[in-house]
Amino acid sequence: MADTTRPQNRPHDVLVIGAGGAGLRAAIAARDAGADVGLVCKSLLGKAHTVMAEGGVAAAMAHVAPTDTWQTHFRDTMVGGKYLNHPRMAQLHAQEAPDRVRELEYWGAVFDRTADGRILQRPFGGHSHPRLAHVGDRTGLEMIRTLQDRAVAAGIQVYMECTITRLISGPDGVTGAFGYWRTTGRPIAFPAKAVVLATGGVGKAYEVTSNSWEYSGDGDALAYAAGAELIDMEFVQFHPTGMVWPPGVRGLLVTEAVRGEGGILKNALGERFMWKYLPEERRHEYAATDEEAARWVTALSQGKETDARRPPELSTRDNVARAIYIEVKEGRGTPHGGVYLDISYLPAEHVRRKLPSMYEQFKELADVDITAGPMEVGPTTHYVMGGVRVEPDSGATTVPGLFAAGEVAGGMHGANRLGGNSLSDLLVFGARTGTSAAALAATREGDPHLDPVQVQAAARDLAAPLEREDGEDPYAIQRDLQAMMQRLVGIFRVEDDLKEAVRELAALRRRWTKVKVTGGRAFNPGWDLAFELGNLLTVSEAITRLALQRKESRGAHSRIDYPHTDDAKWGKRNGVAAKAPDGTMKVYTTPLPKMPDELQRLLAGDH
Amino acid sequence: MPDAHLRVFRGSAGEEGHFDEFDVPVEEGMVVLDALHWIQGHEAPDLAVRWNCKAAKCGSCSAEVDGRPRLTCKTRLSDYDLEEPITVEPMRAFPLIKDLVTDVSWNYEVNKTIQPFTPPADVPQQDWRWQQEDINRVQEYRKCIECFLCQDVCHVLRNHETDKPFMGPRFLVRAAGLEMHPIDQADRREYLKDSGGIGYCNITKCCTEVCPEHIKITDNAIIPLKERVADAYYDPLQWAWRRLRGGGGATGAGVELPVLQGDARPSDQTAE
Repeated sequence: MADTTRPQNRPHDVLVIGAGGAGLRAAIAARDAGADVGLVCKSLLGKAHTVMAEGGVAAAMAHVAPTDTWQTHFRDTMVGGKYLNHPRMAQLHAQEAPDRVRELEYWGAVFDRTADGRILQRPFGGHSHPRLAHVGDRTGLEMIRTLQDRAVAAGIQVYMECTITRLISGPDGVTGAFGYWRTTGRPIAFPAKAVVLATGGVGKAYEVTSNSWEYSGDGDALAYAAGAELIDMEFVQFHPTGMVWPPGVRGLLVTEAVRGEGGILKNALGERFMWKYLPEERRHEYAATDEEAARWVTALSQGKETDARRPPELSTRDNVARAIYIEVKEGRGTPHGGVYLDISYLPAEHVRRKLPSMYEQFKELADVDITAGPMEVGPTTHYVMGGVRVEPDSGATTVPGLFAAGEVAGGMHGANRLGGNSLSDLLVFGARTGTSAAALAATREGDPHLDPVQVQAAARDLAAPLEREDGEDPYAIQRDLQAMMQRLVGIFRVEDDLKEAVRELAALRRRWTKVKVTGGRAFNPGWDLAFELGNLLTVSEAITRLALQRKESRGAHSRIDYPHTDDAKWGKRNGVAAKAPDGTMKVYTTPLPKMPDELQRLLAGDH
Repeated sequence: MPDAHLRVFRGSAGEEGHFDEFDVPVEEGMVVLDALHWIQGHEAPDLAVRWNCKAAKCGSCSAEVDGRPRLTCKTRLSDYDLEEPITVEPMRAFPLIKDLVTDVSWNYEVNKTIQPFTPPADVPQQDWRWQQEDINRVQEYRKCIECFLCQDVCHVLRNHETDKPFMGPRFLVRAAGLEMHPIDQADRREYLKDSGGIGYCNITKCCTEVCPEHIKITDNAIIPLKERVADAYYDPLQWAWRRLRGGGGATGAGVELPVLQGDARPSDQTAE
């Protein structure tokens, strides 16, 4: 039996933390660039959050709508993000997504087809054209499996069920990372010339979420501790349609593809309420009547072009989530506190073919046949637009040697992400980041060195909750954190609540410093949680403090006390959270990068 | 609602193991994984359970519930008589790590031996065209979420019946998805016969029964592959033709798969 407390040592040129779409794509790119790559993931390979993505990957390939271009995709993304996106990121994303999707096909992905045999694309909220390449409603599975197979064939070393707890830094920036094998509890150190964070999001800070246990903000917190800036963290996406019943499945995602295929939202009175909530300046993009919306759905299901405009349900996620919240709050909700989403008016066979996993999910988990009647849905915490500040072209963070890609990186999506843009984000910026991390690694001479003092401190911190004589159970603290964030920092926010949340977070952090874990080192979920809780507290504090700082409503951030969008004051500022020298969190704003004239012109007449 | 009474296997590699019993308050719609989470959160914080999506999309939470291989996230308590205890055990085909978690890394090793997708060198991608009906079958194979329940239930793997390796239903499904891709150029038949041990499958269809994605593993994947292998190796005309052609195109032949061990953990990376 190996000594489970003595650290292993595994040097690599590039260490990628996280093996969802962004991590896998980064690892492949770094390997293609000649780097020796280590890929670390908390779960088994192929189980990361990307596998749950359903509706599709957004790329202006113009297979269904010939008039679609990167310029229209760019514009939709900026409009959806309420112009707070980093314009260069939105540009690169729109320009490169089609090639990244085609590349997946070249690696073996099998997307649904158009009548002329090309990759099929479906409509989605906020996208002006049918744009999402997809495989029924299991697009993420297809993507992660394709990337996984590619990474395995490339000979990338994968460390499964391994958690990174700390980045190790030297005078020239990050030099590696420290963590432990979840299976045995044995510590492991990774000296590396470049480190890529691809750890996904933060959804486990909330009670109702579509996210798994892995989404504990590890990358955000690791980067923050290493001195990086977190931006836009106040923008947390509440997906409009999560399951609300039965209780065991509350928060589980109901894909936007249901609305993309024609799903209608109604309140308990039978009113199609989304008509009321369309923002005036965008109303012209949507159907004017039920009849026009129905014509659009019919044309879509027959693969025909139409002059009908899209249904109101395809408004952006922030808007639909708010609408549902208000309908329920004002007493027009269903018995289980949601609204109805109905696709059952379309032929059953069509629904089963287009939405097979939704059909299964409702049949098996809720006894609801979605081809025969409506689903009950309500908002669920889904995605964080904010994250580690990165340089758009390279994915480099503000800390030398440290990169970030995918959900953990901030800037691409501004104040609200469009559905389908995360899968394209992780491909585009995963690839760019992996390439630039490998390029940096190639310039770093000699073997990477891990400061033994930091490694020992990390090992001590890791073991501490197991060695405490008494203290509090991590599960209890997590429950209290989730309930508090749900209550005080949810869809609608107000100054007093946010201030109370800051106080509560301080109290929760005090409890966390005394957390105690029972059991041993081998596969101990309580021990995993003890570490992850610290990260959740950090990201929760960043979300809360930045929500308090932004005195306006924009995208996914809605302030009851500041209900209007304040372009003059806030339209060109990113909120930033960073670690102060005394260890506390400081928040400030920085100006949004200036948009080049040629991009300005793409948005002209639209603001 | 009455409490559910769960008997949960506890123990680590190399130990005897035992069952701990828990009374879990039941809510409507609750699944076995919810009950396991309740136990973690209230009574046994170190209970080892693998899970991620809780929506039957990732295939992490496989276990045996009352002796049947299942995804615990889609196994509803209401399907059981709550007067009786519900027994939850780890998958038996794989070496135990702890409690309900087994070492499934053998599967990842087998996967590495399969020749990946091999597009034609002479057809540019912009000319690739195929119809939806040409890929419906391949898409069925690609629905696999790698829960490994089919591997767990397969008697060849579960009972460690062979000295030579058998890749198991999961990887026959993967191979089928590649072999029947409209433009894949590789020929995996020799690999399937000699390395993958496709002949060991005697079509009992247990794998199909447990597949949470309802992939018709035996009928749609394994039998067509067996036919392709038989055509190539047991049809005298095809056999002669292959000899004439010099057997070109066969890929992955001669690869040796690891044999699945019942007790030891052959692939423990943490021990080195």
